[in-house]
Amino acid sequence: MATADAIAALQARFPELHFTPLPLLRYPDGRDSGQYWLRVPAERLLEVARFARDDPRTRFEQLCDLAGVDYLNFPGARERFAVIYSLLSLTHNHRLWLKVFVNDPDPVVPSVTGIWRGAEWPEREVFDLFGIRFAGHPDLRRILCPEGITDHPLRKDYPLRGRGEREAFSVVTRETA
Amino acid sequence: MSSATSFQPTTLMRDETDGDLWTLNFGPQHPATHGTLHLELQLDGERVVRCTPHIGYLHSGFEKLGEHLNYNQYVVVTDRMNYCSPICNNIAWHHAVEKLFGIELTPRCKAIRTIVQELGRIQDHLLCVGANALDLGALTGFLYGFNPREPIMDLLEELCGARFTVSYTRVGGVVRDAPPGWTDRIRRYLRQDLPPALEDFETLLIRNRIFVERVKGIGVISHDDAINWSLTGPVARASGVKRDLRKDEPYLCFADNWDGRGAPAVRFQVPIAYGGDVLSRILVRLEEMRQSAAIIEQVIDMMPEGPVNVLADEDVTLPDKREIYFSIEGLIHHFEKIMSNRGLRPPLGEAYGAIEAPNGELGFYLVSDGGNAPYRARCRPPSFMNYQVFPVLLEGHQISDVVAILGSLNIIAAELDR
Repeated sequence: MATADAIAALQARFPELHFTPLPLLRYPDGRDSGQYWLRVPAERLLEVARFARDDPRTRFEQLCDLAGVDYLNFPGARERFAVIYSLLSLTHNHRLWLKVFVNDPDPVVPSVTGIWRGAEWPEREVFDLFGIRFAGHPDLRRILCPEGITDHPLRKDYPLRGRGEREAFSVVTRETA
Repeated sequence: MSSATSFQPTTLMRDETDGDLWTLNFGPQHPATHGTLHLELQLDGERVVRCTPHIGYLHSGFEKLGEHLNYNQYVVVTDRMNYCSPICNNIAWHHAVEKLFGIELTPRCKAIRTIVQELGRIQDHLLCVGANALDLGALTGFLYGFNPREPIMDLLEELCGARFTVSYTRVGGVVRDAPPGWTDRIRRYLRQDLPPALEDFETLLIRNRIFVERVKGIGVISHDDAINWSLTGPVARASGVKRDLRKDEPYLCFADNWDGRGAPAVRFQVPIAYGGDVLSRILVRLEEMRQSAAIIEQVIDMMPEGPVNVLADEDVTLPDKREIYFSIEGLIHHFEKIMSNRGLRPPLGEAYGAIEAPNGELGFYLVSDGGNAPYRARCRPPSFMNYQVFPVLLEGHQISDVVAILGSLNIIAAELDR
């Protein structure tokens, strides 16, 4: 497990956070998939992320992906939203996933754009599709959905076929433009 | 020629308060925007001071759809993501799904998938470099890129019946085995059609002084910035980032002992350029096509016999059509897999699988609640990640460089917006 050193370094630096590496997946025969995640509280995220990027044992120079998940109906889930940071170290060629859990009514996560600039659009996307705010983001606007939509379509309580936005879409004609 | 390579070309910016800037809306409908992209450009004369991209015109909720389609059905949607090389999206999707199910593919399936993935890469790069030339006014280059794409379409059609929306992979395998003589026709294509086409391509573009002057030193991004901006694929490699998932996280035939009998991983070189500009990206892509051809030749030499799908008793693949139509067991088995209250049941958990797609790292992050459709099907699209750096690359350049940079990033709007 190449990630073990990185996790050990994070545990040593942040003993108060009690990092326990959990596999993303455990197969029925007991093996795990070799991909591990750590739970990070939102208020400590920036510290952890900066350390993960800069420490020579972790060196997660790249934020490979940033995704939101709505665990509303997920079996056994106690928290609603997770923002998942998929970190990648090109130096050590290992990956680690960080999860930050947030809840209604006002899900806020600090923005990591100051650490990885590549987080800019993915954070906008999560804001657009899940309604999770990223505090400190330089330009937090909707990115995929048009202006004027108030819902967040990837939330689990949003129906697949929408809430009639398609029918209510205003048609611009020469007269109304 | 602009030589702005710095990230904050403030020297080129005029004071905005003097009201001397022009706003130009570039797109959404414009032949050089590769789909529907909308750029809001603030111009000082012909120089771009600021660029605000507006995306989302092709947003069709692919990730939401993914939560309602089962693991085999969704492959059809992945075809529609990067339509330059749909086969690579299929492979990426099922690579992640197989990681979730914990399936080890059969050697023949790995070989076929490797071949088509590299064919997809050639197909994608030919179009990308050709379109890049087209945007800069070199129509001939575009046509020379399109000619050798055609036989790849034919080869894919032979394989799965569709030229374009191939939907070729399935959980634990592929739709059907390669037809007889298919590998010979690929070999003929790689030996007879592709090399002269690439030669012509290079002569037309790289040895063309006008073209080179248009692309050299344009849209430069440094090694560290490329990493920090989450760039992957040819765009990152053109900035000197040594990263290729085929080498770093080997899968399919890129891993040692891929057939379980000690076969070596295919040998190839990862082309790296250090310029970080449009020309470097084109050079990297041109060389990658040659490497892909070499990979395919090796895989054809080692092509194993045997089944293409994992065995039926592993309970993950659809049975063969002959079995479905001519035996009752096959029919029952088929229904068990198809019916929405049965289907394939992965373990509860999450998995991330990524492949080196032509544009960069194409990955899927799957969350499974144990049901027959994913709970969440996050796609990590290389276009989306690569495009966010575009306004930064553009600042300080001439308006005629906009299309040069845009073409070199190879933004596919359908993948960008999903």
